[in-house]
Amino acid sequence: MQHISNVWPWYVAGPLIGLFVPALLLTGNKLLGISSNLRHVCSAGLPGRVDFFRYDWRRTGGWNLAFASGILVGGAVAGHFLGAGSHISPAAEQSLRALGIRDFTGLVPRELFHWGALATWQGVVMIVGGGFFVGFGTAYAGGCTSGHAISGLADLQLPSLIAVIGFFAGGLIATWLLIPRLLGG
Amino acid sequence: MRQSTNDERQPRSPLVPYFGLGLLFGVVLTKAEVISWFRIQEMFRFQSFHMFGIIGSAILVAAIGLQVIKRRGLCAIDGTPITVPPKSIGSGTRYWLGGIIFGLGWGLVGACPGPLFALLGSGVWIFAVVLASALAGTWTYGALRPRLPH
Repeated sequence: MQHISNVWPWYVAGPLIGLFVPALLLTGNKLLGISSNLRHVCSAGLPGRVDFFRYDWRRTGGWNLAFASGILVGGAVAGHFLGAGSHISPAAEQSLRALGIRDFTGLVPRELFHWGALATWQGVVMIVGGGFFVGFGTAYAGGCTSGHAISGLADLQLPSLIAVIGFFAGGLIATWLLIPRLLGG
Repeated sequence: MRQSTNDERQPRSPLVPYFGLGLLFGVVLTKAEVISWFRIQEMFRFQSFHMFGIIGSAILVAAIGLQVIKRRGLCAIDGTPITVPPKSIGSGTRYWLGGIIFGLGWGLVGACPGPLFALLGSGVWIFAVVLASALAGTWTYGALRPRLPH
């Protein structure tokens, strides 16, 4: 049980994640890619007159919405029965302490991600703005970490390589320029 | 679930296997701390190999799996031949610009779309706001799509 409750090392988790690509193809010719679900939910809930959302989301996205629902339940199972936390390197903890973060016990820093934070402009930028960028950017780029970085790069697709370089460029800008300013460090 | 009929272009696939695979996927993401904001910060600060090892070895295993499927011409369980459609590059703008925009969000909230669902499941309720904002972002893209360079 000890192995299950500890953090799973990269050489276990990475190959397991990679196996989902052939597993989904063999199960029903589906390509791993989670951000499409944001589009499917829009299509199901509020398609409006937007062409991008006018398609048969049940047929195209039913399997993927089931997959995403599974992820949600998987997060619950792991979080409640197997233990979930963050065990970052001492160097990373030191850097984040320098930005004023003190609570390292959860999956996200409670000082930054709580309901009261929505009353501050920094919290709105981080929670609402960050979420908006995730939804807008993945739809624009046509994929996220799973669809482009894993499925796309594994299939040696040039568009995915360009997208992944963009992902990291954006992440570095957020980490090194935006977050230190948002936290007033 | 609606029974699929023969005249339909593509029969509806049963959803249970996908739910099961998703559940396992969510457990792995959570147990490897891929859904942790701290881990994503650690990655973008180059202060651990953990996330790079996960993404790199996932790509490697997925690539091997794809090659095996392609070279052997394997079919899916339902008998359809497996195909991976190539992405069209267009001007490339959507990939680098959309990629950077997503990256900004990934860095700020510390979660890409898969982990968004896992974080909600594990009880970090504030991520309902992140998910709602992500839906608003996708919807806004859909509305602006005809006017954006791709």
